[in-house]
Amino acid sequence: MKGEGMKNDLRSRIHEEVSIVLCGEAGQGIQTVEHILTQTLKLSGYHVFSTEEYMSRIRGGCNATLVRVSSKRVAAPVDRIDFLVPFSPGAIRHVQKRISSETILLGEKKNYGNEYQGENAIDIPLSEIASGVGGPIYSNTVAVALLAGLLKVEKEVLDPYLRHHFAGKDETVVHKNLEAARKGYEVTDALLRNGKIQIGLVKHNEVKEEILIDGVEALAMGAIAGGCNFLSFYPMSPSTALAVFLAEHSKELGIIVEQAEDEISAMNMGIGAWYTGARGLASTSGGGFALMVEGLSLAGMIESPIVVHIGQRPGPATGLPTRTEQGELLFALYSGHGEFPRIILTPGTIEDCFYLAQKAFDLADQYQVPVFILTDQYLLESHYNISSLDPTRTPLQKHFVETKQDYRRYQLTETGLSPRGIPNFGEGLVILDSDEHDEEGHITEDLDLRTKMVNKRLKKLDLLIKEVIAPELVGPKEYKTLIIGWGSTYPILKEALETLGREDTALLHFKQVYPLHPYTADYLAKAKKRVTVENNGTGQFGQLLRMQTGFPMDQKILKYNGSPFSVEELEGQLRSVLD
Amino acid sequence: MGEIDIAWCPGCGNFAILNALKQALSELEIKPERLVVVSGIGQAAKAPHYYKCHLFNGLHGRSLPVATAIKATNPELMVIDESGDGCMYGEGGNHFIHAIRRNPDITNLVHNNMVYGLTKGQASPTSLQGFKTLVQREGVFHEVFNPLAIAINLGASFVARAFAGDIAQTKDIIKKAISHKGYALVDILQPCVTYNKLNTYSWFKAKTYYLDPSYDPHDQNEALRRASEVETLPLGIFYLHPRPPFEEKLSVYQESKEPLYRRSPDFKKLSEWIDSKRGI
Repeated sequence: MKGEGMKNDLRSRIHEEVSIVLCGEAGQGIQTVEHILTQTLKLSGYHVFSTEEYMSRIRGGCNATLVRVSSKRVAAPVDRIDFLVPFSPGAIRHVQKRISSETILLGEKKNYGNEYQGENAIDIPLSEIASGVGGPIYSNTVAVALLAGLLKVEKEVLDPYLRHHFAGKDETVVHKNLEAARKGYEVTDALLRNGKIQIGLVKHNEVKEEILIDGVEALAMGAIAGGCNFLSFYPMSPSTALAVFLAEHSKELGIIVEQAEDEISAMNMGIGAWYTGARGLASTSGGGFALMVEGLSLAGMIESPIVVHIGQRPGPATGLPTRTEQGELLFALYSGHGEFPRIILTPGTIEDCFYLAQKAFDLADQYQVPVFILTDQYLLESHYNISSLDPTRTPLQKHFVETKQDYRRYQLTETGLSPRGIPNFGEGLVILDSDEHDEEGHITEDLDLRTKMVNKRLKKLDLLIKEVIAPELVGPKEYKTLIIGWGSTYPILKEALETLGREDTALLHFKQVYPLHPYTADYLAKAKKRVTVENNGTGQFGQLLRMQTGFPMDQKILKYNGSPFSVEELEGQLRSVLD
Repeated sequence: MGEIDIAWCPGCGNFAILNALKQALSELEIKPERLVVVSGIGQAAKAPHYYKCHLFNGLHGRSLPVATAIKATNPELMVIDESGDGCMYGEGGNHFIHAIRRNPDITNLVHNNMVYGLTKGQASPTSLQGFKTLVQREGVFHEVFNPLAIAINLGASFVARAFAGDIAQTKDIIKKAISHKGYALVDILQPCVTYNKLNTYSWFKAKTYYLDPSYDPHDQNEALRRASEVETLPLGIFYLHPRPPFEEKLSVYQESKEPLYRRSPDFKKLSEWIDSKRGI
C-alpha cells in the first residue's frame, strides 16, 4: 500500500481529509482526547469519523484510535496515517505497518525516539507543557488543542466545549484545562507559521448542527423509539454499552434495566415482559446468545415477540472479546431447536442502528416472531456525524388486543397470525405452553392438531416476506460484477468502490438478510461475476444466498483477524478481483 | 375450560396440592383475570392447566425469570410460580438463588417429591442419600439439596414448608405466602406413588411435625437450625424477612404505578437525548 501511486493519491487527499491516529495504553485517557477532539471538530464544521481498536484489558497494552477529519462525509476506516500521536513507547511498533514516509509524528520523543527512524517527527514536550500548567494530567488537553489548532478549530469552539466537558469539576480544574488548551494552540501556531504543516480542509456550517454518535448509542435510542421498556442482560463485550446507555436513561424514558444472573434468565425475562404487553430486548454477543437459544425456541413455540441484539465479536468460545467479526449470521438463522420463522436485520450505518432497532420492535409485536439485530463491535463503537435521528418517522403502534371471555390465544386463522392478548386486559385468559398446544393454549398430543399448529407458525413467513427491506444497489444498474455485502461493511464497500470508479461494477448491500427480498435472485442473475465481501472466515452470507437463490458466489473477499476492512485494503482486494 | 384429562397418576400428591391451592385462591377471592401462574416442565408444572388462571407454561427450570419479569412489567398482576423440585432446584437452581436475592412479589410453590417423575424415576436434588434408581444404581451419594436452608441463608422474605398429606394446613400456608409481599417460597413435600417407594405418605407422616405456635420466624439463626433438621422435618413458616419487593424498587414506578403496557415512549425526552449529541 506504500507504492508511488499511493503517495500521489495522499498528497491530493491532504486537502480534503486528514487521518489522525492516537496510540497508547489503556487508562491514559485517549478516549477523552478522541471525544473532545471529534466533538469540537464537528462543532467547527468538519465531517468526522472515529473508531477504536483496543485490547481486552483495563490498563496498559496498546490501543489505537483513528480520527478521520474531512470536507466530505466519512464513515469508514483507512489504514493511512497522516498524523500519529504516540502516547506511550509501544505506539510506533503497534501501528508500524501503517506508517508511511508521509506520516507526521506529533508527540514526545520519549514515546517514539527508540522506534521511529524516519524524518517526520515533531517533538512536542506535552508532559512538560502540562506540568507548567499544573500537572501531567493536563497533557491530554494540550494534545487535543494541538490537534484542534492544526485543523483550525476556533478557540471560540474549543473553550466552551472544554467548559461543558469539565462542568461539575472544581473551577480551578476548568481553568487549568483552558490554560492547557491555550498552550496547545501556541504550539500549533508555531508549526503552522513556519509552514511545516499545511492543511486546507473545508468547513460546512450545516455540519455544526449535526449529531455525533456511535452505533451503540443510536441503537439504544432506536430501541426506545420502538417502545422498548424492558432490558434484562448479562454483561458481555461489545453489547454491554447498550445496557449502560439504557440504564442511564432508565428513569426519564421509563425502561426497566435489570442485570440477570445469566443470559438464560435474561432471555426468559425478555419473553416474560412481552407476555404482559411490555416490549423486551435481549442484548448480548455470540457467546451469550448461545445460552439464549433455548429461550429463543420458546419464543418460536409460544409465538412471543422478542427482539434479540447480537453485537458480534470473533468466536468460537471467548474468541477475541474486544474485536469485530460478522460470524453469527448462520448461527442466528439456525438457532433454536424446532422450526419457526424469524427476521434478521443487519444495520449498515449508524442511522440504520436507530431506524432498524425501532422497526424491529414493531415487526416483533406485529408478527409475533423473534427479530434479530446483528451488529458488530466495529459498528457499535464507531462514531461519525449524521444529520439527526427522527423517532416520529414511524409512529408507535401496539398490536396486542383486548380479549373477550372466549379468547383463544392460538386461534387458527387464514394467515397463521392469531390476535395476541395479554393478561388482565379484557375478559379472556391468556394461556401459553411450550408443549404443543391447542387453540386455547393448553398442552395437547392431538397429532392432527400438531400439524395444524406447525402450519400456522410456518405460514407467518409469507407475511414476513411482504415486509422485507429491499437490498440497496449502489452504482450502475447494468453491471458485470456484483459486489455483495451485508451489515457494517456498507460504508467501507461504498467508499472503496467509489474510489475505484468502475462502470461495470455495482454493490448490492443487504440490511435484512432473512427472509431475503424476493428480487434478490434477479439481482444475482444479472451479474457475470458475484463477489461476496464478509468479515468472517466462511462467507456465510454467500452460503445463504446460494441456498435461497441457487446462485453460487464466484469469489469471496473475507477478513477474520478481528479487524474491520479498511478502505485501501478493500480497494486493493476488489481491484485484484476485478482485473 | 371444557373436558380436562388430568395427566397425573391416581393417588399422586399433586391432587392434594391442587386442592389446597384452589381452596386458598377461592378463600382469598382472587379473580382468575388477575392471576398469572408461571410453571416449568414436569408433572407438577402441569397443575395450572387444571384451574382457571392466565398461564405461562414455559421451559424446564426457567419459570422464575419469566415470573419475575411478569411482575416487574405489570405489578397489578398476582403471580404464582408453580413447579417441581427438579425444575426449581435442579435445572433452575441458579434462577432460584437469584430470585431470592431479587425478591419479586411472587409466590413460589415447589412440589417436592424427591424424584424425577415425568422422566421415569431418576434422582432429584432433594433425593435422600441411599435412594436407589435405575441411574443411581448404588444409591444417591450426593449431599441433599436443602432449599429452605439456602433460602433462609440468602435472606428470602418468606420461607415455609408444607405437606401434601395435610390439605387444610397446606392451604393456610399457601394463603399466607400469597398474601405476603415479596418472594415467598413454599416447599411442599409430596409422595410420588409411582417412582418413590421410600418417601411415602406414611414415611412423611412419621417424619414431619409442625413448628410450635411460639416459634419466632424472624430469627434467622433459629430458622436455619430448624431447616437443617434431617431426622424429623418441621412444617410451617420458618422465616419472615419483610422488605420492599424488586418491582417497587424499580425507577420506572417512582412517579407512576402504571403497568408498562399502558405506557408509550416519551419522544420529547428521547429527542432531547438525541439533540444532546450535537455536542453542546
